[in-house]
Amino acid sequence: MPEIMKIVESRESRTDIPNFSPGDTVKVHVKVKEGDKERIQIFQGVVISRKGGGTRQMFTVRKISGGIGVERMFPLYSPTIDRIEVERHGRVRRAKLYYLRDLRGKAARIEEKRKA
Amino acid sequence: MAIEGIIGKKVGMTQVFAEDGALIPVTVIQAGPCLVVQKKTADKDGYDAVQIGLVEKISNRRVTSAMRGHFEKAGAQPLRTLAEFEYSGDANVGDRVQVDIFKPGDQIDVVGQSKGKGYQGVVKRHNFAGGRATHGSMFHRAPGSIGASAFPSRVMKGMRMGGRMGGDQVTVKNLRVAKIDVENNLLYIRGAVPGGRNGLVVVRFAKNGKRGE
Repeated sequence: MPEIMKIVESRESRTDIPNFSPGDTVKVHVKVKEGDKERIQIFQGVVISRKGGGTRQMFTVRKISGGIGVERMFPLYSPTIDRIEVERHGRVRRAKLYYLRDLRGKAARIEEKRKA
Repeated sequence: MAIEGIIGKKVGMTQVFAEDGALIPVTVIQAGPCLVVQKKTADKDGYDAVQIGLVEKISNRRVTSAMRGHFEKAGAQPLRTLAEFEYSGDANVGDRVQVDIFKPGDQIDVVGQSKGKGYQGVVKRHNFAGGRATHGSMFHRAPGSIGASAFPSRVMKGMRMGGRMGGDQVTVKNLRVAKIDVENNLLYIRGAVPGGRNGLVVVRFAKNGKRGE
């Protein structure tokens, strides 16, 4: 990548994003605009994918809402994300957890990562 | 100072966030600083324009003596790339042109040289449909008929055939400036721009285009 591009991208990224990886349960605090008011909405679920590099990185969070699976993709450095909280680290053996879409209930559980 | 454009080099594409969180695809151009090398006047040259050059370090030996004299007259270092622009108001030889002539929201035209594709067939070059790939088809990517027989006994001029593709001068009109970075001489343009990385581009205000506030 050219040097100048690094400058460009560094402007767009932010440093307050915690480390998390697929399998982790996170709470994403999303800024929602309603008219001229702004409030924070929390989207909690399992991270099932992280993709893209640099400032273009995106992640997908999956949750079950009212018995229906809901997935939401966020740009990692989006200004609409107020903050991200990591609830628990999951132990998984894949980078992309798309198989969770076919599982429900007990089968869709993810084991918690043991601390070393 | 109101010079209507600037010369730059394409850095590449990326995306930036708008204030409301929307992602905007942008092309980053390292534009300028440029130097006014010559002022053309209606009296002397038949039209009004300024010639500006992209400030780059180049060896004196790469410049012909005719061009060397041209730059000496302007009191400038030799420059590799020159372009002419219209101007309004006051502009003088030796003035610097920077990205700050643009504002976010300005409509601009970008001129560049498209990427060379080499010799290409009609399917890629002229969007012909081509034929079936399988089931005994013997007509895959061929151009088909290129005309009638004894009359006119020749192929019409301008018949679309295979040949060299790309490497043409291309102008993309009415793009928008997304952002400027004066400190690093960077211009962020919404959308794509002709040519590859490090390709030279000329960025100028669109005719009758809207200006950002």
